[in-house]
Amino acid sequence: MTPSSSIDTAGAAPHDEHHDHHPSYLVDGTTIKSWILTVDHKRIGLMFLFFVLLFFLVGGIFALLIRLELLTPGPTIMDAMTYNRTFTLHGLVMIFLFMIPAIPAVFGNFMLPLMLGAKDVAFPRLNLASLYIYLTGAVFMLWGMLNGGLDTGWTFYTPYSTHTTTTVAPVMFGAFIIGFSSIATGINFIVTCHTMRAPGITWFKMPLFVWAIYATSCIQVLATPVIGLLTVLVAVENLFSFGMFDPARGGDPVLFQHLFWFYSHPAVYIMVLPAFGVMSEIVSTYSRKNIFGYRAVAYSSLGIAFVGFFAWGHHMFVSGQSTFDAGVFGVLTMLVGVFTAIKVFNWVGTVYKGAVDFKTPFAYFCGFLFFTVFGGMTGIALGTVSLDVAWHDTYFVVAHFHFIMVGATIMAFLAALHYWFPKMFGRTYHEGWGLVSAALIILGFNATFIPQFLLGNNGMPRRYYDYPERFQALNVASTAGATLLAFGFIIIAMYLTYSLVYGKVAGKNPWRSKGYEWLSESPPPTHNFVGPQPTFPEEPHFYVDPKKAEVPDAV
Amino acid sequence: MSEFLNNLLFLPESASTFAERVDFLHHFVVGTTMVMSTAVGLAALFMFFRYRRRVPAQTTEYVVPTLATEFIFVSVPLVFFLAWFGIGFRDFTWVTTPPKDAMDVYVMGKQWMWKFSYPEGPNGVNVLHVPANRPVRLLITSRDVLHSFYVPSFRIKMDALPGRYTQIWFEATKPGTYQVLCTEYCGLSHSKMLAEVVVLPEEEYDNWIKDQRRGRLQDRQDALADTSLVPPVARMVEQGQVLAGTQGCLKCHSVDGSQHIGPTFLGMYDRMEKLDDGQSIRVDEAYITQSMMDPGAHLVSGYQNVMPTYQGKLQGPETAAIVEYIKSLRTPNVREGASEGPAYDPIQ
Repeated sequence: MTPSSSIDTAGAAPHDEHHDHHPSYLVDGTTIKSWILTVDHKRIGLMFLFFVLLFFLVGGIFALLIRLELLTPGPTIMDAMTYNRTFTLHGLVMIFLFMIPAIPAVFGNFMLPLMLGAKDVAFPRLNLASLYIYLTGAVFMLWGMLNGGLDTGWTFYTPYSTHTTTTVAPVMFGAFIIGFSSIATGINFIVTCHTMRAPGITWFKMPLFVWAIYATSCIQVLATPVIGLLTVLVAVENLFSFGMFDPARGGDPVLFQHLFWFYSHPAVYIMVLPAFGVMSEIVSTYSRKNIFGYRAVAYSSLGIAFVGFFAWGHHMFVSGQSTFDAGVFGVLTMLVGVFTAIKVFNWVGTVYKGAVDFKTPFAYFCGFLFFTVFGGMTGIALGTVSLDVAWHDTYFVVAHFHFIMVGATIMAFLAALHYWFPKMFGRTYHEGWGLVSAALIILGFNATFIPQFLLGNNGMPRRYYDYPERFQALNVASTAGATLLAFGFIIIAMYLTYSLVYGKVAGKNPWRSKGYEWLSESPPPTHNFVGPQPTFPEEPHFYVDPKKAEVPDAV
Repeated sequence: MSEFLNNLLFLPESASTFAERVDFLHHFVVGTTMVMSTAVGLAALFMFFRYRRRVPAQTTEYVVPTLATEFIFVSVPLVFFLAWFGIGFRDFTWVTTPPKDAMDVYVMGKQWMWKFSYPEGPNGVNVLHVPANRPVRLLITSRDVLHSFYVPSFRIKMDALPGRYTQIWFEATKPGTYQVLCTEYCGLSHSKMLAEVVVLPEEEYDNWIKDQRRGRLQDRQDALADTSLVPPVARMVEQGQVLAGTQGCLKCHSVDGSQHIGPTFLGMYDRMEKLDDGQSIRVDEAYITQSMMDPGAHLVSGYQNVMPTYQGKLQGPETAAIVEYIKSLRTPNVREGASEGPAYDPIQ
C-alpha cells in the first residue's frame, strides 16, 4: 500500500467547477491556433520536443556523413570544403539547436511546474516567446549554413573566422538570437522555482531534477550574454575591421578564446546538469529508494554550476597562455570532477537496499553511469596539464566530450523520454523494444567513441578531412559503431511513434513513483491539478513503508 | 611493461624525454581510472542484482549516508585528482621552460605548411632536422591563422599564433623520422598540413649543417654582387616577384616546391603538367598567361578550380613580369646569408 492519502491532491475530487470534466492538455483545444499561440508550458514543451528532435535528426545525418567520409583516407564521399562545412554544421546544430535546449526546454518546461505543484511557469508568454526566438535563430543559422555554408567549426576561432569567405555573419547572428531564448527560459525557471512552489515544497523538498534545472538556469542567465556579446564583436570585426582579435591591427586572437570559452565551458554544464537531474529522478523511481545523499546531490549541482565558470582556461593550455594560468585552471577543473564524483557515488548508493526494476529508463541509467564515469575521468585526464599537451585537439578530446556531453545527455534524454512518455501522452511504450534499442544504443555509442579515444592516443588530430593510412582501422571501427547507433535511433523512432497512438493506456502513475509530477493525471489537464492548490507534506522519492514512516528528518 | 601498455593504448613510439614523463602519468591515470570505474561498475551491478524488485509495491528502508561516507566520496577522488594534477603541472612547467643550452629553431605555420629556420643555418619547409639527445627550443608563430604544432611521438604540442611567439622544447631520444601534424583547424587543407622531424645522431646532424652551409656558399659565388648590373629581364623578375605578392598569387602558389592550393611556381616553367582529361600540357608563357586570365581553362590534375580570374586586374607588362618571375624559379631558390630572425618569408 502506498500512503497516497498523505498527499492532498491525490484523492481530491474536483469541486465547485461548472463542469467536473477536465480534458487533458492534449485535447484542450485542437485547432492549430490553440497550439501555436498556447501559453501552456506542457504544449510549449511538446513543441520544443518536436523541433529538438527534428534538429537532432539533421545533426545526426551530418554525423553519419562525417563518419562515412572518414571511412577511408582521402576523399571518400565529399571534397574537403564540403567536409569542413559538414562538421561545422553538425557541431552547431547539435550544440545550439539540440543539446542546449534538449532537456531544459522540453522536460524542464513540461515537468518543472508539475514538480512544484504550480499551474504553469512564472511567465507563460515569455515561455512561448522563447520557443519562437529559438526558431528564429534556427532559421538564420540554417539559412546561413545552406547559403554558402560555414567552415570554421562550431568554435568560430579567430582570425580564421574573420578571414574566411564563407558566411559567418548569419550563422553567428542565429547563435546570438538563440542565446536570448536560452536566457528567457533560464529566467523563467529561476523565477518559477522561487515564487511558484506549492505549500509544503521547501527548497530541500524540491525534486533533484528541479535542483538541476535551477542550477542550469543560473548558468544560462549568467553565461549566455557573453557569447551574445562575442558574436557581436566578431560581426563588427568582420564588417568594420575593428581589430579586436586581429593581430595585424593590434588585436589578440587569444582574447577571443577566453571570451568564447567563458560561455562555452559553462555551456557544457547547461547540457549535462539537466541530464544529471533526470538521472537522479530515474534511479530513485526504479530502485524505489530515497536519494542516498539528497543534499549532497543538490549542492553538487550548484557547485558544478559555480566552479564551471572558472575552468574555461583548460581549453587553452597550449594556446600560449601563462603557465600560472594553466595551473589555476587545472586545479579548478579537478573540482568539477569531484562534484561529479559525489553525484556518481550517491546514485550508486541510492540503489543500496532499494528494489530495482530494470525497465528501459534504468537501462539508460546504466549506460549513463558508464558514460559519466568514463567521460568524467577522461575529462580529469585532460585537465592534468601535461597530458593535455599531448591530447589537445586530437580525437581523444572528441571522444571525451562526446562521452560526457553527448553520451550522458543522450542517455538522459532517452531515459526521460521513456520515463515521462506515459505522463506526457498517457500511453506506455513497448518495454521489449525499449530494452533492445537501449542495448543497441549503448553498444553503438561505445563502439563509435572508444576507438576515437585510441585514435587520439595514436595522434590523429580532430577536424581532419584526410588522414595518414595508419589511422584507418580505428576509423572504420568508429564508423561501424555509428551505424549501429543509427539503427538504435531508428528503432526508437518507430516504436515510440507507434506507442503514441496504439500504446497501452498508462494510468496516472505507471511506475508507482513518488515523484511529485505523478500526482497529476496522465496526461495532465491544462492547469495541471484539478481542484484546490495541492500541498506536498512529504519529500519526493519517499518510498518508506507507511507504518515506519516517521523515520526521516535527517537528510 | 610500458611498451606493452603503450601498444595497448595505441600510443605512438615514445621518442622524447617529455614523452616518457607523459606516458608515465598516462599509465597512472588510465590505470586508476580503470580500477575505480570497474569497482563502481561492479558495485552497481551487484546491487542491481542483490536489490532487484520482488513485489511491485515493495517499500524500502530510508537510508542516508553518514557524514563520514560523504567525506570519503569527496576526499578519495580529490586526493587522486590533485596528485595527478601535481605531477601533470610539474611536467607542464618543465616542458614550457626550455633549458638555457637549448638549440633554437624558429617555426612558422602558414596555410598549409610548416617553415623551419635556424638562427645560423638554412631554412626549410616541412622538414625539421634536429640532433638527438640535445634540447631543442621551438619558437613558434604563424603568418595567417591559428595553427598548432604537434609531434605525436614527442607528445608535444603548441599553438602557432599570428603576431606572437610561443615556445616549447623537446629532447629527442631516438634518431628517426617523426610526423608533425597541425591540430588547430586552419581551413581547407588543414589535414594536409603535414611535416616531419628528422632526428639525426649528433655527428650526422653536424655534417648536415655543414653541408647546408657549403651549398649556400657555392650559390653565393654565382650570385650577382652589384644589383645595378642586373639586366632588365632580372628587373622584370623582381617586379614580378613584388606583383606576385601584392596580387595574392603567393597565397595559393608556393615558391619553394611545397604543396598548396595551387601548383608551386618552383620549377613550373617548361614542365609537362597532366590535366584532368588525361592530356598533358607544357607550361609555357602562353599557358601561364591563359591560366591567369581563365584559370579553369586547363586545370592541372589534382587541383580544384578555385582561382579567380585576373582578366582586367593585370596590365600587359604586369602579366609579363609575373611570367618572367615564374620562369626565374627554375632552380631552387636558396636564400643567401645566415638567417638571424624569425622565419618570415621575404616575399610580401
